[in-house]
Amino acid sequence: MSVAKPLPHDAAPLHVTGQARYVDDIPLPVGALHLAFGLSTIARGRILSMDLEPVRSAPGVVCVMTSEDLPFANDVSPSAHDEPLLSDGSVHYVGQPLFLVAATSHMAARKAVRLAVVDYAEETPILTIEEALAADSRFEEGPRVYGRGDVPAALARAPRTVSGRFEIGGQEHFYLESQAAIALPQEGGDVIVGSSTQHPTEIQHKVAEALGVPMHSVRVETRRMGGGFGGKESQGNALAVACALVARATGRAASMRYDRDDDMVITGKRHDFRIDYAAGFDDDGRLLAVDVTHYTRCGWGMDLSLPVADRAMLHADNAYWIPEIRITSHRLKTNMQSATAFRGFGGPQGMIGMERIMDHVAHDLGLDPVELRRLNYYPSAQAVSEDASGGRISAKMKALTPYGQVVEDFDLHEMTEALLASSDYAGRKAAVAAWNAANPVIKKGIAFAPVKFGISFTLTHLNQAGALVHVYQDGSIHLNHGGTEMGQGLFQKVAQVAASRFGVGMEAVKITATDTAKVPNTSATAASSGSDLNGMAVKAACDTIRERMAAYLAQVYQADVTDVHFADGHVTVGTERMSFAEAAGKAYAGRISLSATGFYKTPKVDWDRIKGDGRPFFYFAYGASVTEVAIDTLTGENRILRADILHDAGASLNPALDIGQIEGAYVQGAGWLTTEELVWDDKGRLRTHAPSTYKIPACSDRPDVFNVALWDGENREDTIYRSKAVGEPPFMLGMSAYLALSDAVAACGAGYPALNAPATAEEIWRAIGGMGDEL
Amino acid sequence: MSFSLTLTLNGAQRDIVLDDPRVTLLDLLRDRIGLPGTKKGCDRGQCGACTVLLNGKRVNACLALAVTLDGAEITTIEGLADGDTLHPVQDAFIEADGFQCGYCTPGQIMSAVGLIAEGRAGDDPERIREGMSGNICRCAAYHGITKAVQEATRRMDAATKGDAA
Repeated sequence: MSVAKPLPHDAAPLHVTGQARYVDDIPLPVGALHLAFGLSTIARGRILSMDLEPVRSAPGVVCVMTSEDLPFANDVSPSAHDEPLLSDGSVHYVGQPLFLVAATSHMAARKAVRLAVVDYAEETPILTIEEALAADSRFEEGPRVYGRGDVPAALARAPRTVSGRFEIGGQEHFYLESQAAIALPQEGGDVIVGSSTQHPTEIQHKVAEALGVPMHSVRVETRRMGGGFGGKESQGNALAVACALVARATGRAASMRYDRDDDMVITGKRHDFRIDYAAGFDDDGRLLAVDVTHYTRCGWGMDLSLPVADRAMLHADNAYWIPEIRITSHRLKTNMQSATAFRGFGGPQGMIGMERIMDHVAHDLGLDPVELRRLNYYPSAQAVSEDASGGRISAKMKALTPYGQVVEDFDLHEMTEALLASSDYAGRKAAVAAWNAANPVIKKGIAFAPVKFGISFTLTHLNQAGALVHVYQDGSIHLNHGGTEMGQGLFQKVAQVAASRFGVGMEAVKITATDTAKVPNTSATAASSGSDLNGMAVKAACDTIRERMAAYLAQVYQADVTDVHFADGHVTVGTERMSFAEAAGKAYAGRISLSATGFYKTPKVDWDRIKGDGRPFFYFAYGASVTEVAIDTLTGENRILRADILHDAGASLNPALDIGQIEGAYVQGAGWLTTEELVWDDKGRLRTHAPSTYKIPACSDRPDVFNVALWDGENREDTIYRSKAVGEPPFMLGMSAYLALSDAVAACGAGYPALNAPATAEEIWRAIGGMGDEL
Repeated sequence: MSFSLTLTLNGAQRDIVLDDPRVTLLDLLRDRIGLPGTKKGCDRGQCGACTVLLNGKRVNACLALAVTLDGAEITTIEGLADGDTLHPVQDAFIEADGFQCGYCTPGQIMSAVGLIAEGRAGDDPERIREGMSGNICRCAAYHGITKAVQEATRRMDAATKGDAA
C-alpha cells in the first residue's frame, strides 16, 4: 500500500531540473500585457486629484484603469466587501492600489505607474493600539469575550498572582514566489485564470463579481505555488481580478506579478498582538484564574481578521486546564496593510501568550517551568475516557476548554515524558545552570514548550471538500481535488490515498492541477485541513469506482462481491487474477462508469463563535519541543544551539513529508519570534520591505543539533488512515526558542525578563538592561 | 541603440541583441530566451533564487547586467543534467528531500554546485550551512539541503578519486 511510505514530493524530478512551472513561468500568448498597480504614498486621506496623463503616454502603456473604469464590483475582499481593488477616492494605507496600468512589458508597466501625479488631502492615520482604542476604531461592535467563572473575584482570592504585558510582532510571509496571476480571454466573455492561490474558488468568485458574469464563466487553475503560508488565501484576489479586467477590456492575455517590494508593501501579514495578562495560582503552582486581553492590529480591511482573532482566543489556554478564565479580544482597525492568514491563523499568538504566563508563574515560584506545565495539563485521554465519576473535579470536567469542548485526545503527558528523556532535558538544564554560574558574558538558556492545536476551520461550513477521479480503460488514473499544492506535499499524500484504494503503484496515478471546472465550491487549502478533507473526498470517489468495478467483475466471474480484491497492481475475483489495467478495460467494455466524484464533510463540529461555546474542532494535534540557546549579554547576539522535537501526526500518511513540514515549521516559527521584525514609521510606511531589512532564517540559522521525531500514535477520530493534520501545528514548536532566550536573559538578574517578541538581538540587549545589575 | 553579445549558454553558443543596456541576466534568461527555470525571488540579490553559474562561479543573475557578459559561459538549472542523467547534486536533492515548494530549488542547486567547486566547505555541515546561507528557503528545508550538499560532495569526491585511480 502506498499510504505511510516516505515518498518524496510528487514533482521532485521537475523541481531539480527547473521544469516545474509556476504561474509566471507559463508561456504567454503573443500580445500579452503586463500589469502594475500605482500605489498610495499616504496612510490615510482622500485623493483630491490624480493626473494619469503622463502614465498613459509612457512607452509601452496600452491601458490605464481607475475605479471609475470598473464596470461591476470594485472589491477584492474575502469577507466584508470592504476592500476596493482600486481606491474609490479614500486612502487607507501606504501601498494601497489606486490605479492599474497594462503595458507591453513588466518593466514598462512598473516605470509608468511612477509617473502619476496624485494630490491628497492627508488625514492623521490611526496606527498604534492606543490610537485605535482612543478612536474606537475596530471591527465588530466591541471586544469579544470568551470564558467562564468570576475571574476578578478568583484573582482577588488567589494566594499568588503575576501580571504583565507582552508585545508580539507580526510576520511577513515571504513566499519565495511573489503573488502572480494570468488571465486568458475566451469566447463569449469567458475567462481562464491561472493564479498562485490557496483558494481557487475565491478567485473564481471575485473575478466573476468583477466581470459581472456567473461563476460558470470563469475557470481558475492552480498547479502549484512557490510557498503560500496563508499569504495566498485572500491576497491573490487583486492580481487575478486585475488581469481578468484587462483581458476583458483589451481582448489580450494579461499577466501580473508583484515585485518583491511591492508585494511586501501591498499585501497583509501575520497579525501583531499585545497581550495583557494576570494569573492567580496557589503555592504549588496550580493555576486558579487567568485574565488575558488580546489587542490585535487588523489593518484597514476586515479580511480574515475575525476568525484569526477567534482562533487566538481558542488557543489562549494552550494545553492547560484553567478553572476560571476570561479572554477578551479587541480587533482594531488601523491604517496599515490588512493583516491576513498566516500559518497558525492566530493560534500561535494566543498560545504564546499562555506560555509566557506559565513562564512568568514558574519564575515567580522558582519552580521548574516543565513541572509547572505538567501540573496544569489537561487530563490524559485515558483518564477522560475512563472517568465515570461525574464529580465536581472529575477528569472530564478538567478536560473542558474555556469554550466548552472536551479535550478527549490529550497525549501531552506521555509525549512530554518521552521528549524530556530523549533530549536529556534534566541533564542539560543542570549543565546550562553550571555554565551560567561560570560565565559572565555568554549566557545559555533552555526551555520546553508544548503545543495543542485545534484542527478544523472555525467557520464550520468550510469543513467540506470534493474530488473527481477518472479511471481510464488502460488502468491509468486521473486524480483531481479541491486542495492546492504549495510545497506541503498534499498532492503526493492524496495520490498515495488514491493508489492505496485501487491497490496500484504511484505511477498509475496522475496528479493534476486544481481546477474550478473539475471540482467546484472548494474551501481554501488552509487550517492544515488539506489532507484531512481532500484525502477523504478522494477516498470516497475511488471507493465508488472500485465498488462499481467489483460489482461488475463479480457478476462476470460468478463470484461474490466480497471476493473481489484490489492489491499489488492486480484485481483478484475469486480464483481469477488480472492486472488493474485489464480489470479497467473489462469494466469499460462492460459499460461501467469509471468516473466519480467524492465528497466529505467533517463530522461532529458545531459551535457558536459569538458565545465562544461548542465544538469548533474535530480533534487536536499535539507537539512538544526543547530548545537550547546562547546569548551574548554585551550585544544581544544569539544562536539556537539545539532543538529536539516530538510531534504528533497521527498515523502519518507520509513520514518524510511530515518531518519536512515539522522541521520547516519550527524554523519559521522561531524566525517569527526571534529575527523577523516588521517596522512601520510614524507615517505608516513599512520600512522593512525587502530581505535586506527583514531577516528570515537562512541555512546558517538552523539549530546546530536538530532532532525531529514523530509520535507513534494514531488519530482517535476517524480521519484519513487515522492521520493528523500537520501544516500548522509544528509552527508553534518555535515557541521554545523564544522561551529559551527568555531563560538566558533571566540568568542575567533576579527579576522576570520582560522580553518581547520578536526577541531580536536589540530586544534581548534591551531586556538584559532592564534586569538591573544583579549578576 | 542596440547591443550585441555572444555567450555560451548551457553549452550552446547564443548571439544576443539587446535594445536596452539595463537588462539583467535574469530577465534575459526568463523573458527573452524562454528559460524560466531560474527564479525571481527578490530581484535585488538578497534571496539567491536566481543563482546561476557564470564562468563556473555562482552569481545572482538579477545583479548581473547581460550586456557585460560578452564571451561568458553560463550554466542554468536547465543545463545541469547530462541528457536524462541528473547531476549528482540534483540526485542528492531528491534523495534528501531538499525542498518543499521547490521555488528556491534551482538556485539552491546551482549554488551547491558552485560551493562544491569552490572546495572550501567539504562535507562539514557547518561550513555547508554557512556557504549556502545566501540562498533563502522560506519553507526552511535546510536540513535536507545541507544533507544533499554533503552527500553530493562525497559522491563527487569519490568519483574524482575513482577517475584518478
